[in-house]
Amino acid sequence: MAGATLTPKRVTMADAVRETRAGSYNGIWSWISTVDHKRIGIMYGLTSFFFFLVGGLEALLIRVQLARPENSFLSPDQYNRIFTMHGTTMVFLVVMPMSAAFFNLLVPLMIGARDVAFPRLNAFSFWTFFFGGIFMNLSFFTGGNILHGDIGAPDAGWFGYAPLTLNKFSPGNGVNYWLIGLQILGIASLAGGFNFIVTILNMRAPGMSLFRMPLFVWMTLVTSFLLIFAMPVIAVALFELMFDRLFDANFFNAAKGGTPLLWQHMFWLFGHPEVYILILPAMGIVSEVLPTFSRKPLFGYPFVVFSGVAIGFMSWGVWAHHMYTTGLGSVANSAFGVSTILITIPTGVKIFNWMATLWGGSISFKTPLYFSIGFIAMFTIGGLTGVTHSIVPSDYQQQDTYYVVAHFHQVLFGGAIFGLFSGIYYWFPKFTGRMLSEAWGKLHFWLMFIGFNLTFQPMMVLGLLGMPRRIVTYPDGYGWSFWNALATFGAFMIAASILVFIYNVIVSLRKGEIAGEDPWDARTLEWTIPSPPPPYNFAVVPQVHALDDFWHRKYTEDAEGRPVPIPAGASDPVAVADHDDGHGDGHGIHLPSPSYMPLIASAGFPLIGLGLIYDAALVAVGAAVLVVGLYLWVLEPPTEA
Amino acid sequence: MAHAVAAPTTHLETNTGLDNRKLLMWLFLGSECLFFGSFISAYLLYRNRSITGPYPKDLFDIPFTSVSSFVLLMSSVSMVLALAAIQKGDLRRMRIWLLATSFLGLVFLGGQAYEFTAFYREGLTLKTNMFGTTFFVLTGFHGAHVTVGVLMLMSMWAASFKGKITQESSLNIELVGLYWHFVDIVWIVIFTMIYLVQPS
Repeated sequence: MAGATLTPKRVTMADAVRETRAGSYNGIWSWISTVDHKRIGIMYGLTSFFFFLVGGLEALLIRVQLARPENSFLSPDQYNRIFTMHGTTMVFLVVMPMSAAFFNLLVPLMIGARDVAFPRLNAFSFWTFFFGGIFMNLSFFTGGNILHGDIGAPDAGWFGYAPLTLNKFSPGNGVNYWLIGLQILGIASLAGGFNFIVTILNMRAPGMSLFRMPLFVWMTLVTSFLLIFAMPVIAVALFELMFDRLFDANFFNAAKGGTPLLWQHMFWLFGHPEVYILILPAMGIVSEVLPTFSRKPLFGYPFVVFSGVAIGFMSWGVWAHHMYTTGLGSVANSAFGVSTILITIPTGVKIFNWMATLWGGSISFKTPLYFSIGFIAMFTIGGLTGVTHSIVPSDYQQQDTYYVVAHFHQVLFGGAIFGLFSGIYYWFPKFTGRMLSEAWGKLHFWLMFIGFNLTFQPMMVLGLLGMPRRIVTYPDGYGWSFWNALATFGAFMIAASILVFIYNVIVSLRKGEIAGEDPWDARTLEWTIPSPPPPYNFAVVPQVHALDDFWHRKYTEDAEGRPVPIPAGASDPVAVADHDDGHGDGHGIHLPSPSYMPLIASAGFPLIGLGLIYDAALVAVGAAVLVVGLYLWVLEPPTEA
Repeated sequence: MAHAVAAPTTHLETNTGLDNRKLLMWLFLGSECLFFGSFISAYLLYRNRSITGPYPKDLFDIPFTSVSSFVLLMSSVSMVLALAAIQKGDLRRMRIWLLATSFLGLVFLGGQAYEFTAFYREGLTLKTNMFGTTFFVLTGFHGAHVTVGVLMLMSMWAASFKGKITQESSLNIELVGLYWHFVDIVWIVIFTMIYLVQPS
């Protein structure tokens, strides 16, 4: 459909500005009712960064407790609750929503669309995530007097293994908040997943065939498919746990014939695709940053695409490598060992493609590139330690030690977080109009990079020295004390780097260099429009002719393949937009109107959650809010004509 | 055409040629397969693992459930007729078939309510044994889906009096229909795996 049949749609800038959401684009209420993907993206980003600080604080509490042997900074009970919330927060309230922030900000711009397919559903995703995050953290206040250290947060680990999560072993409401909170967050992820698949498959600009899409869009597509198939599995597991805890069902009750192992199977059947849900978006970001700063196309684009797709499929066949020690038998263990080794192949392909992209490029060492290279280095170490886990006998030794903790922080912090920061430095100018300071950015990078390695490489050593995970303290004289002290020092260094980042953002927002449309001399469509982009994104829907279309509008090649600039304006797509070609008939760009209904509908979920825990009447209230919100939403016209 | 631009939820040409909402519904149903698949797997895993009775063979009334299953299957026929009617612009017939579909759905739900009550009277609850736990949760979630379907059918029926359902917007009926047929198909799987394939 794309291509020949659609001619570029033209309106004048003046028309567009006049007719777009007139008078409704300022003030706090315009943010609360917004359905604009860019604003939703910014709200996702800010909320997830807030939770990043919360989760980081929890990490520091853990590290202070472990800094020296026989420490009693936290009680065992507090420690269990803090590490549970740290893991849950970082996975579900930081990396996933921060990736969603990038999906929102970038996907419509990269494919040349004016918004996502379902703008109100998009707002619904955000608010549901927002309420889910708050709901989950409310649990802290349910344990009595929080000022006396009585916290009520869940205490069964982010993986929530049955039977630890059953009433008998985890009384109180902590786990109830956890499971209902995750359920709410799952709804947000599902809605987002559906929305981005439809957007990417259906809303691409003319000429933007699948294999002309930027790599980040591809990774969003794969991640979204993983989301819509993985979230229902964890939803069922959480429902089963909910029925066990709240209504005395027996899913995980061994006394009645249930098997707690069912939880592990379902959790990891969700959990391993989830691992790729966390890392693929960061891989997408890195795949955009490297070509821009190497001034070369991504090496082997189709291989990187197919590797990403292959990872998506294979991620469904490796879950039991989390369960080697549960007694599945040698046949199952061997099969999952082999599949786990196989999944390293597409991942390895990507790493080599990234390095080959840098090879021979005229590299411009800017902060985004620092973080991307940091990603490749740290993620490779994380990946290789992962390979050591895939070997069953080796894993028997590593199971439940700090080596595992070091491994998954190496991929999720060294990988996902470094990738996300690379994206923040890269696209900050696009969405704020100002550059982040390079000097502070590089200080941030080096502090974080060194701090990261001082925190997590000692954990590798600790794991090999036999230190178990999840212990509140340890005796002196095991050779663990020095490495733990070092890890704690590194953690504070990471914290310092985050303060540098916050300072950089605040200063740069006010005094940063004005970015202009294309500060990095980049390759993708979002750099063809003003920074920050206007609400309607593209005054003229772009016509795409090639992969990295924008680059080819700026450069041609000489005989040796070196880029040669094309004279400015000769083929700039934006240049066409500014003069009316005579086809204008006064119709502006109709964007969807702001709406409060997604917010109202999603406010039903935390009410239902509180009702399930405390009082059934509140369930009815919450359900009524949800249903009324949905009905008003359906009845409200999406666009003011 | 050149100017009515990109209000994203209106009927514009899409890259795949599928309407956005229709693609969304298909994706949603794909996701639902994993949802029911997980519950059905849990049921099958725990089959024959109840330590105490009552057991399925003590409770299942196959002729009764066969009738209510037949009723639900017939509701898919009336759903098809409702869609065919609106696609021809026959609003009156569409309303009749929508009501018929809702009615058949409600009969099925009534049958489920009767069955749940009967099992409860025989001593089966969520906590009695593995059968009670897995049976009530699986079929309960299916019943909840049928209930949502009936609500959507009734909403469509009501909306048709406000002029919101027309031949041009027959997609609304088609989407509800897709959902309704899916819920039916899930029941076929549940009925076969849980009622007909009897535990030893």
